Amino acid sequence: MRSLLKSWVGRGRIEVLLTFRDRRTIMFTVLLPLILLLVLSAVVQHADLKYASFAQYLTAGMIASGLVYGGFQGLSISIPEERSDGALKRLYGTPMPRSAYFVGKIINVVVIYVIQVVLMLGLGVIAYHVTIPTSLHAIVTFAWLSALALVTFSSLGIALSSFAKTGQAAAAIATPLVLFLQFTSGVFFVVKTEPAWMRTIASVFPLRWMCQGMRSVFLPAKFGSQELGGGFHLPEVALIMGVWAVVGLVLCFRTFRWLPLGED
Amino acid sequence: MLPPEWIALLPASSSAPSPEWRESPPPSATVSVVSAAVVVSGLTRSYGELRAVKGISFTIEQGSCTALLGPNGAGKTTTVEILEGYRHRDGGDIAVLGTDPARGDRSWRQRLGIVPQNCADLHELTVNECVTYFASLYPAPRTQQDVLELVGLVDKAGSRVSTLSGGQRRRLDVALGIVGNPELVFLDEPTTGFDPEARRAFWQLVRALKAEGVTILLTTHYMEEADALADRAIVVNHGVVVADAPPRALGDRADDLAVVKWFEGGVALERDTTTPTALIAELHARLGGELAGLEVRRPTLEDVYLRLVGEGST
Repeated sequence: MRSLLKSWVGRGRIEVLLTFRDRRTIMFTVLLPLILLLVLSAVVQHADLKYASFAQYLTAGMIASGLVYGGFQGLSISIPEERSDGALKRLYGTPMPRSAYFVGKIINVVVIYVIQVVLMLGLGVIAYHVTIPTSLHAIVTFAWLSALALVTFSSLGIALSSFAKTGQAAAAIATPLVLFLQFTSGVFFVVKTEPAWMRTIASVFPLRWMCQGMRSVFLPAKFGSQELGGGFHLPEVALIMGVWAVVGLVLCFRTFRWLPLGED
Repeated sequence: MLPPEWIALLPASSSAPSPEWRESPPPSATVSVVSAAVVVSGLTRSYGELRAVKGISFTIEQGSCTALLGPNGAGKTTTVEILEGYRHRDGGDIAVLGTDPARGDRSWRQRLGIVPQNCADLHELTVNECVTYFASLYPAPRTQQDVLELVGLVDKAGSRVSTLSGGQRRRLDVALGIVGNPELVFLDEPTTGFDPEARRAFWQLVRALKAEGVTILLTTHYMEEADALADRAIVVNHGVVVADAPPRALGDRADDLAVVKWFEGGVALERDTTTPTALIAELHARLGGELAGLEVRRPTLEDVYLRLVGEGST
């Protein structure tokens, strides 16, 4: 057990080193959301929002997107890259416990998420008077939402990585998908004001629910009345995110490949 | 009666072995299994309609260096990657260090070293970080200093992998393949892209590994490399073994035709002969004096190889 733990931590360290020395990853997973938050909060000063400033609203949405960037988009692109550049093949040929690869990825996603959250909250507080909730309820909600989203978005990212031949192919699917979901799921705009078809599509996917959950953390309780169902509805949030987590886990365990297609 | 040098090897307390011990030596079958690092028998593998491997068999002795040769598409990579546990097989029996690679577990992988082809990973790490990390995956690794000295990357220990030259990168691949102190090393085209100097240095490394008793399976497209390093060359073509012998004896190379070339009246002539000495004596007698442009050439491993895989005959 101790050697297994050691292999997990060792792999996590390597993953973090590989990520934080790669400017591309940092750009897309950490800087891009920060820039979006900075620019959009400055541009949209007078949103027609009740009970909260736009910056506060956007901060909740961008934090909800954090694991979409690091977990879903990041893993769905980096894993096919590692499959095509031989990294996975090399690891598969060693006695590394197989679980270490996945634990390493998860550790990496968590580290990125913590940095994202700290930077976004810091920026929000300093530049846009964003308030950080301190109630126990808010902290507990933030914690379980983050944990659930970590499983959901990471497993979906690993699942998508099995269907892409190269990192670029994965990026061509993941990037537009993430952008589309962000626009329709209430990261930038209030879902209630969207056309019905768009709301319906967004409601199938987990990001809309993640945003709703994060707004229950960062926005005043009164804001619940502005949500699609007239409230934050956390049990539904947990249910739908949970279903996607199961779908993601089943897919990633059934489809994961160490070697490129046709080379096994 | 035992010879005196045997008696010297026995423990002091038992200067004479018991009669049972003398009369029942271990069965020879067990001995041959123990001494073979790799046993392949009737290996087959198809990709759809394409039968890539059509019944390959060979044995690799422990501590030997074997070169697996063959053109692209001959079934070489498929064979090696089945032995490494990367690919599955359709049929045949295999034992790699006594284990079927399809069932190889972590303890089996701890005894193997694999230097795969075409790796372009680890860019952002330093050489040191790579070696330290891969060493941590094995129970009794070589020391980092040892490995870097063996592959000649001591000066590059602190450099990012992305700054290494092609040859240095390949040497790092080798370092990561041997850092776990393996009993058996697979070297898959290890010197592709090396300059002649780096290739010679790499040969020294392989000889050093061999001197330590490591079993080596090498695939290469460089025949002089196989000639220099291998105790045995196995030539594969169209999914079958077409030759299996020490490089110097491959395809009757030792007593094969020699090519004799010379000039006669300003015209370049050449003749294939099994008796070059007699031919030269005859030429000397007929033409007298020094023979202009005299050359005697035995087939190189490459010549023999090309003939074996069919290119030479067309």
